[in-house]
Amino acid sequence: MLAATVRVAGDIDLAEECVQDAYARALTAWPESGIPSKPAAWLTTVARRSAIDSLRRRHTHDRVLPKLIEPEGATDEPLDEENDIVDDRLRLIFTCCHPALAPEAQVALTLRLLCGLTTDEVAHMFLVQESTMAARLTRAKKKIATARVPYRVPSPDELPMRIDAVLTVVHLLFTTGHTAPVGDELIRRDLVERSLNLARMLRTLLPGNPDVAGLMALILLTDARSASRVTGDGTLTLLADQDRSQWNRHEIAEGLSLVREALEYRPPGRFSLMAAIAAVHAEAPNWSATDWTELVGLYDLLVTIWPSPVVALNRAVAVGFAQGPETGLAALDALANEPQLASYGYLSSARADFLGRLGRVEEARIAYKDALRLTENEVERHFLSRRLEQLE
Amino acid sequence: MAEYLLLIYGDESKFENPDPTAMEAMMEGHRVFGEKNGPSLRGGNALEPSDTATSIRGDSSSGFTTTDGAFAETKEALGGYYVVEAADLDEAIAIAKGIPMPFGGVEVRPIRVFD
Repeated sequence: MLAATVRVAGDIDLAEECVQDAYARALTAWPESGIPSKPAAWLTTVARRSAIDSLRRRHTHDRVLPKLIEPEGATDEPLDEENDIVDDRLRLIFTCCHPALAPEAQVALTLRLLCGLTTDEVAHMFLVQESTMAARLTRAKKKIATARVPYRVPSPDELPMRIDAVLTVVHLLFTTGHTAPVGDELIRRDLVERSLNLARMLRTLLPGNPDVAGLMALILLTDARSASRVTGDGTLTLLADQDRSQWNRHEIAEGLSLVREALEYRPPGRFSLMAAIAAVHAEAPNWSATDWTELVGLYDLLVTIWPSPVVALNRAVAVGFAQGPETGLAALDALANEPQLASYGYLSSARADFLGRLGRVEEARIAYKDALRLTENEVERHFLSRRLEQLE
Repeated sequence: MAEYLLLIYGDESKFENPDPTAMEAMMEGHRVFGEKNGPSLRGGNALEPSDTATSIRGDSSSGFTTTDGAFAETKEALGGYYVVEAADLDEAIAIAKGIPMPFGGVEVRPIRVFD
């Protein structure tokens, strides 16, 4: 509804006002006239009419404000056409996730405008004050209007890069929910649900896109393991020790079929490769039956298209399981000087694990202590402390 | 349509002992840029290095303080600009990507319109 109204209003703030106005009118009109057969279409029509009226008033007062679109779009056309809704949503997604906006603003705008969360709810998700979040959203909306961030689906040559920006936002939302960076709980269900809903929305809007299929598969296959990641008393369980019977078979089946689809396109994108990695774990009946050689191969591909130190770290861990802890440790130590990993607890905890397996207890102890210093999630801290105690 | 100022920033030290072929390539790049974007261009200039700049600030006693140098000392200094007309930010960014920027980058700023 908001997406359809923005196209007419040419301005996000005005569109938000008009949608609120439409709800207010429904509250008075519906008790008398009854609920219309298509309530959403009714509300959208009212919101769009009120946007057009406002624009006319503005023109009369000769107050020309920066517009997202030229006013010729402002006609009172019928709108419950499926295609219109799809296009409007896509336009809004690409506006919210425009690379000219700061990444945290992209996520916040997406939650506010596409998921329909209130400013207070978005603030709560990012553990900031409502006033801070309100200021962040206002600044982003002001930039959209003033710098004229366009409200349209990018041209085919720009599309791959722009879709990647959208998928990055959805993925960031998921990873923030899957392992909350701070707080008492490991998983933030609300963030995970929102990211999955957005991925499903994108899948409906861009059904043939392999990267969209890849991201949705990645989310499903990773989330399928969430029930077994934390035990009843809140302790973290490693993939190696998880009770795989608790894994969500429904999500795994859906994820696997999406991975197969995504990998039909060559070369596969980073989300498709990450999903393929998650699929290898999902298909292994237990930890020792995991196909580590296959995983190293997938990480090798991933590192070439996405040369991130974090990917290299995960590759090194896979190498350790495929070729033994000594080889894995050498691969980890090659990353020791990566500045991006300097404050990343997983490097230390992976080293600690390999050192422990090699019987180098004293070095393992130091590495666990390093890892403890670097994580602020209580569930992860508890887990690391226990591993440290078990070293004897 | 809206107007955007495209500010070209670069590391000035790279211009101190310039490689003639690189300079030639840059000039050629600007010529091609001008030719390609003729209808959108509203103006543009290259600037002398920032050590030729003079900064003036108002002081508390309604006078002025004049100092040597640019307003903000940065590694990447403003070296030139274009003013372009574009339908929206995406079009302005697409134009800006055609500017030669071997030693830095380009900042895209909307030009303010007063009613």
